Amino acid sequence: MIDVRDLRVTFGHGADVVAAVQGVSFTVREGESFGLVGESGSGKSTVLRAVVGLNHDWTGSIAVAGAAQSRRREKGFFKSCQMVFQDPYGSLHPRHTIDRILAEPIAIHGLRDADARIDRVLRDVGLGPQFRFRYPHQLSGGQRQRVAIARALVLEPRVLLLDEPTSALDVSVQAEILNLLKRLRAEHALTYVLVSHNLAVVATMCDRLAVMNRGRIVEEMDVDALRRGAAREDYTRQLLRASQGYDRAAADSFKDFA
Amino acid sequence: MSETPLLEVENLRISFPTRTGVTQAVRGVSFTVGREKLGIVGESGSGKSMTGRAILRLVPPPGIVTADRLSFQGEDLLTLPEKRLRGIRGRRISMVMQDPKFSLNPVMTIGAQIAEAYRVHSSAGTAEAKRRALEMLEAVRIRNPERVYGLYPHEVSGGMGQRIMIAMMLIPNPDLLIADEPTSALDVTVQMQVLAIMDELCSSRGMGMIFVSHDLNLVASFCDRILIMYAGRVVETCRASELHAAKHPYTRGLLDSLPRLDDTRAELPVLARDPSWLEG
Repeated sequence: MIDVRDLRVTFGHGADVVAAVQGVSFTVREGESFGLVGESGSGKSTVLRAVVGLNHDWTGSIAVAGAAQSRRREKGFFKSCQMVFQDPYGSLHPRHTIDRILAEPIAIHGLRDADARIDRVLRDVGLGPQFRFRYPHQLSGGQRQRVAIARALVLEPRVLLLDEPTSALDVSVQAEILNLLKRLRAEHALTYVLVSHNLAVVATMCDRLAVMNRGRIVEEMDVDALRRGAAREDYTRQLLRASQGYDRAAADSFKDFA
Repeated sequence: MSETPLLEVENLRISFPTRTGVTQAVRGVSFTVGREKLGIVGESGSGKSMTGRAILRLVPPPGIVTADRLSFQGEDLLTLPEKRLRGIRGRRISMVMQDPKFSLNPVMTIGAQIAEAYRVHSSAGTAEAKRRALEMLEAVRIRNPERVYGLYPHEVSGGMGQRIMIAMMLIPNPDLLIADEPTSALDVTVQMQVLAIMDELCSSRGMGMIFVSHDLNLVASFCDRILIMYAGRVVETCRASELHAAKHPYTRGLLDSLPRLDDTRAELPVLARDPSWLEG
């Protein structure tokens, strides 16, 4: 469904050039849920943004749903591939009603029956029709993230790219959103790419994952190996150790991986 | 825990008058802190940060703070004149905030800020303050203190910024450190290293610490004792090692709703909030 080969993304020019992604390759099968984990600056979000067409300065090849992508995306691309962002406070237009937010992608793509689509997608994400004419500031963080998911789903895409979809939320709300995402994937046969720094979230959501560090994929593993703690690389082992709570001895043994 | 607590809080209440009536952020919280690491856990809006702020009288207006008792080593923090409070705030009780980006002065070098923190609270001269600031930077494991001393806040990473904040808060050698989500902006490995620094300083100086966080697992592994807050009240207090045996349904619900590494549950249990918790 998604095939990324030797992806390289750079920012800046001349002496200030930063190679954020340095030759990343991975494949996501149809219907699969694939996790990208890593610490800040590892390039995981940059990979996602390049796939969805928000970063233009990349080399390598990106194919989504069998179609090779150029730097500029066709309008039709976004009917099959949509993204949900980290911060539900920043990703919804504060002066548009939920109705208008959800109607916009429908209008852009010239689809009919906007009314029925909005109604259906709001029910799908567990928000009733009573939310339709509210503004984002009238909703809680969890409800806003549901609207962001609804906006991504309103075009009935096949691929959903999720960039830290729950890291701005409280744990009890996080559980609700993760359950919702799981249910939607099953109901609509969606393919997910989930970026997260939280290994436990990836363990519940994904089938396979890639661990990134400093713009490269360190290791690819399936989620069973992650649950068993069967990491091959030292970097992954250290990441696993650090996400299992505070441990004085472990903290002293940490090192930097170049 | 020591015999005489550093800080005693009894029936702390914080309310904010709004157009639509009075909102009670904290509703009758009582606890004591000795020379230990006390964790305060709760979700957004539970009043955990306001509780930390109220101790240093940093609740922003129009917030109203009342308490039957709010005393630090025998001194009443509620009625102490502002001038005397300044002798405590920053010197004997200091506070580390969540985000170094907003807590450091962007137009002052890091060294100058740390040295200033020292000079405000002691009669030391410039040279002495610089020497202490460099020592402190080294204590929080900054590899090249001389170089970092002359940098501006935008030139350092988030993890280093947070260590600098900690250095600045610890340089007056406080008795109590209030840390409000000190590591939640950091990567897990850096978070562990920063916690190890604070842990070491707590045990070597006999400092007390209030660690405010939303991360149950982290608090359980780092602190000695935990208060769990919900809607402005403490619903449960337990030893950190016994968190997994917590009894209150809210605590249990929170623990259950956390995704785990070894998770094979098809669906995460969702917290069903019981209105009776508001009274508990």
